[in-house]
Amino acid sequence: MKPVLELRDVTRRYSRQTVLDSINISVPEGSFTALLGASGCGKSTTLRIMAGLDRPSSGKVLLKDEDVAEKTAHERNVAMVFQSYALYPHLTVAQNMALPLTMRHLSPFGRLPFVGGLAPGSAAARTLIREKVNAAADMLGLADLLHRKPSSLSGGQKQRVALGRALVRDPVLFLLDEPLSNLDARLRVKMRAELVALHRRTGRPFVYVTHDQSEAMAMADQIVVMIAGKVAQTGTPRDLYDRPASRDVAAFIGANAINLFAPGDGMAGLPQAADRAVAGLRPEHLSPATSGALQARLETAEFLGSEIVLGLRGGAGTEIRAIAPGDFAVPAPGSEIRLGFDPGRVHFFDRQTGKRLEVSP
Amino acid sequence: MKGHPARALTIAHCEALTDLWLAGPATLVMVLFIFLPVAVVAVLSFTDYQFGAPGFSWIGLENYSKLFGSTLGRRAIVNTLIYVAIVIPLSVGLGLAVALGLHRMMAWAPWLSQTLRTLYFLPVAATLVAMSVAWQMVLHPSLGIVNQTLAALGATPRDWLSDRGLVLYTLATIGIWQTVGYNMVLFLAGLVAIPPELYDAAEVDGAGGGWSRFWTVTWPMLGPTTLFVLVVTATNAFRVFETVATLTRGGPAFASDTLVYALYREGFVYFKAGYASAITMVFFAFLLVLTLAQFRIVERRVHYR
Repeated sequence: MKPVLELRDVTRRYSRQTVLDSINISVPEGSFTALLGASGCGKSTTLRIMAGLDRPSSGKVLLKDEDVAEKTAHERNVAMVFQSYALYPHLTVAQNMALPLTMRHLSPFGRLPFVGGLAPGSAAARTLIREKVNAAADMLGLADLLHRKPSSLSGGQKQRVALGRALVRDPVLFLLDEPLSNLDARLRVKMRAELVALHRRTGRPFVYVTHDQSEAMAMADQIVVMIAGKVAQTGTPRDLYDRPASRDVAAFIGANAINLFAPGDGMAGLPQAADRAVAGLRPEHLSPATSGALQARLETAEFLGSEIVLGLRGGAGTEIRAIAPGDFAVPAPGSEIRLGFDPGRVHFFDRQTGKRLEVSP
Repeated sequence: MKGHPARALTIAHCEALTDLWLAGPATLVMVLFIFLPVAVVAVLSFTDYQFGAPGFSWIGLENYSKLFGSTLGRRAIVNTLIYVAIVIPLSVGLGLAVALGLHRMMAWAPWLSQTLRTLYFLPVAATLVAMSVAWQMVLHPSLGIVNQTLAALGATPRDWLSDRGLVLYTLATIGIWQTVGYNMVLFLAGLVAIPPELYDAAEVDGAGGGWSRFWTVTWPMLGPTTLFVLVVTATNAFRVFETVATLTRGGPAFASDTLVYALYREGFVYFKAGYASAITMVFFAFLLVLTLAQFRIVERRVHYR
């Protein structure tokens, strides 16, 4: 599919510090792309460069095959939703949502209150703006709040207004900068589904910055994992989970932190390749089995209902996490148990570079 | 400690007592040294009391009718209002302009911006009475640098402090010079507090150009600061005294007489305590009305609830 937006070898330096190091990202038509990374990895800078709020030190930004280096954010017609919502506190919800349209459709004179109505063509433009704002407000369930000021809204409502402001202008690209991180956990999960529905309805590509891997896995169809100013891996959520390109990506993706065994850790029972490389095994692929290959001493057990997270310690004191089904009878702490795994689920990484090694089981 | 005595005071009582203990002394001093004297002044304004006189008689509103009825009284009021009308908008406007300039300069020349900030603030820190002496020299009819410059440029030198049509504007200029730095510092603090994401949002929404950026983000977000600056500037402008007392003594021919200077002259030169009290009450009323009006009109549009 043709990419809507492309970053080619984009580098960004602030005085001496290199924040982005030769980044290549391509956002296909209609995709939901997540930029995933820890704080300080450059994902927000990447988004600002896409928006036109920041300029790359070198490299190209292509929007629909056109170099947009010299275009402002407004000229690119991209919409952005900010983590802090960035609503204008002196404007009502309706005025906040209408602002991008009034800036586009009304002349400076036509934007004036009261007398602005005298400007030629402003009546038609105002009707158009009102219709678009009402349509967006209906879509987001904001119709009853249109005359309120942002200070009287809850976090979730402000979030919707910020989305509405992005929505009214029909942009070529939506950019979202950790839009859910200021919401409480329950609302966050609810808004995830709404964002996905919104993405489907608009059909426009979304670029979504987040540090929460579960958010990225749940919503995105393409995830760009960024580590220390570089793109570590780009792929579908399943790609990243099944075939992480490096040890760092493997450690970042997955609800439960992956177990990593270095050759010197003295773990017996791992496949042969583990003698030369770092072996990675996700806790959900490691569970108690009477004839399991690994042996470890049980230390803790967290009962989560559907499953039990076991904290164990291997022969040479290596920490291991495993997941048992919810009905597993947990033995007393300190007892030795055997753990089984599917050899096909073991990942191998180079000891020096941390890169993925393909090893046939 | 004797065991556990029956609790004489509940926690709520204790907290109330603490509040009283904290706020009480200041309140007492306020009442004793501000509210009480104001009440005395209000009473005196209806008498013909003179300092040192053994007694006084009630004369009703005569002091007030004298102030509003006589040419001299009316002139002091009108002069004060003209002075205030010039100083408030110019001092606030220039303060804002300078603050905007210096705030942007921080991005590309922080050192210069800091230096200029200090320079602008100097007149605020300096004693106005001492500064008045400097102004007297600068504005001297023949030796002053202003007239010398004018003469060098081929323009007509003016009598800045002794021309009846000019003196009030000269004093207003000095008043502006003295307050711009203070307003600038307040506006700078307000500018720093504006969240940068709002500017980003404005840029994405197409309001990133100079004027629309100012009207969409900067000006609305400076609302609370502007209200405070307006109140402070207005109060200071109404109280204009030092420059009048040191540079013109209200002259020539009362052309620069102001309310507070008149009050000083009547009260402390002619010892007419009753009349001076009436002027004080009028001055007080002006300030109260102005401040209330500013809060009433502006505050509703400033905090965005």
